[in-house]
Amino acid sequence: MLRLESLEKTFNPGTENEVRALQQVSLDFPKGSFTVVIGTNGSGKSTLQGAISGALDLDGGRITIDGVDVTRWPEHRRARLVGRVFQDPFAGTAPDLTVAENLALAEKRGRPRTLAPLLRGARRGAWRELLGRIGLGLEHRLDDPIGLLSGGQRQSITLLMATLTEPSVLLLDEHTAALDPRSAELVIALTRRLVEGCRSTTIMVTHSMRQAATLGDRLIAMHRGGVYLDVAGRDKATFSERELHGLFAQMRRDDRFDDEAVALARSQYR
Amino acid sequence: MSLLLATLAIGFVFAVLTLGVFLSFRVYRIPDITADGSFPLGAAVTARLLKEGWDPWSATAAAIAAGILAGMITGSIHVRFKINAILSGILVMTALYSVNLRVMGASNLPIDASRTVFAPLESLSGRIFGESVQLFGRTVPSVDLGMFLGTAFAAVLVGVALTWFLHTELGSAMRATGDNPRMVRALATSTDRMIIIGLAASNALIACAGSLFAQMQSFADAQMGIGVIVLGLASVILGQTLVGPVRSIGLAVAGAVMGALLFRLLVAIAIRLGLDANDLKLVTAVVVLVAIVGPTWLAARRPRARKEAARAAA
Repeated sequence: MLRLESLEKTFNPGTENEVRALQQVSLDFPKGSFTVVIGTNGSGKSTLQGAISGALDLDGGRITIDGVDVTRWPEHRRARLVGRVFQDPFAGTAPDLTVAENLALAEKRGRPRTLAPLLRGARRGAWRELLGRIGLGLEHRLDDPIGLLSGGQRQSITLLMATLTEPSVLLLDEHTAALDPRSAELVIALTRRLVEGCRSTTIMVTHSMRQAATLGDRLIAMHRGGVYLDVAGRDKATFSERELHGLFAQMRRDDRFDDEAVALARSQYR
Repeated sequence: MSLLLATLAIGFVFAVLTLGVFLSFRVYRIPDITADGSFPLGAAVTARLLKEGWDPWSATAAAIAAGILAGMITGSIHVRFKINAILSGILVMTALYSVNLRVMGASNLPIDASRTVFAPLESLSGRIFGESVQLFGRTVPSVDLGMFLGTAFAAVLVGVALTWFLHTELGSAMRATGDNPRMVRALATSTDRMIIIGLAASNALIACAGSLFAQMQSFADAQMGIGVIVLGLASVILGQTLVGPVRSIGLAVAGAVMGALLFRLLVAIAIRLGLDANDLKLVTAVVVLVAIVGPTWLAARRPRARKEAARAAA
């Protein structure tokens, strides 16, 4: 269970570039739910992920995970409870370390890094099976440096690493946006399988209306730092990809209208 | 032959130094100039404590502890106050210059050669081999052989320990921090802590080398740290060239040790051939510059050369 209470974040406050990225955002995510978040550029969806992961300091509000207030926890401490996959397919793995070493570091998430050999007692068989199920021939590459693999392969392994310990919260930040269509397809299929198979409360940000229409049990559209639409269950299921495109166009029009209003107001008062 | 053994013995001590630089430069990509302060710090602490009547092993251990402290300070300044790593190193190195003078109470402190970690080795070697040894047809004082074997053992021991360490959970998390800090934070490990521990370990090795070097030379000097980081970098880069772009950490570590030995040999040969010892640091700096810039410069020129060749052919 992830609870967000009145999250508030403003970038460059008091300047011309002021952006109110989060305006009193309050949301509850039940244990094990799978929420898809969409929104225009600057709508606050990435800020929301940054706030939950702790990569970003909030101006106000409270975040609790399973009843624990984590608002003041630094990023690395919060990562005990929060697994993440980034947009950059190379951001989630250490290239000079082998696939096995990357997996081992992920498997020991949140435990102190000791002087025990990293790969002693490694569950190589289990890892090989998990890698084999991805279907990219990765089961034979446990001892290769991960830097030799492609973006799609590395993003698949990052996804595996993020879910390996079944963290309370799983954040996917446009994790297929930088992949070629075929790899994106594979990573989405893997996402569906891994998320459905684990009890992590999952929040996935995406630009793809197709993914938004077909994945998850809840859909949130963000706009101007607030929640524009929040549908779940059957209501969500009725949204087609086309309707989402329409919704998106509407949000963009609102954006443009607001910008024009601001420009008009500026020219009047200058 | 005796000169060769002595040269290699110094080479092995510099190998310990090089492994310290390897840790900061290869693992974290930080050329940590704290080395120029922590190397003489190790020497100063050892010389002072030996003068106070400590036994050589405790004095060496204390030097290592002082190195750990120096590295922790550099690391803390870097991560806590978000100051550039090189500037943090410069600050600590400068501060250490005064600290070293305070520790020694003078700019130079002699060490009694009969009370060093090498003394028992030399006497043991004398007992085993007698006054002198025949080695490849040359007569060598057994003292030199003892020194050579002792330093070789120390360098190999440190190399093996470092290789083992870099394969532990902690060492692997440190390697990952140098590789991709964002990933390490996302896996619930503090990159700040990893950097502080890494620089502490690096300077521990460098101070240890300083301590051994002082005991070998029978004195500590406030000036002996000048250019230590460049010397270490030269050896690391030389070693990298020797073993090539390897994936095995053990090989990379072995390369660093070989780089230190080769560098020491080249220096000895250059001086034998008439290089003024005063020009040594200038030459070393140029060698490091060429070794770092050379490969990229060559790679950048190659396609153009090919294009020109193609044009000439047409």
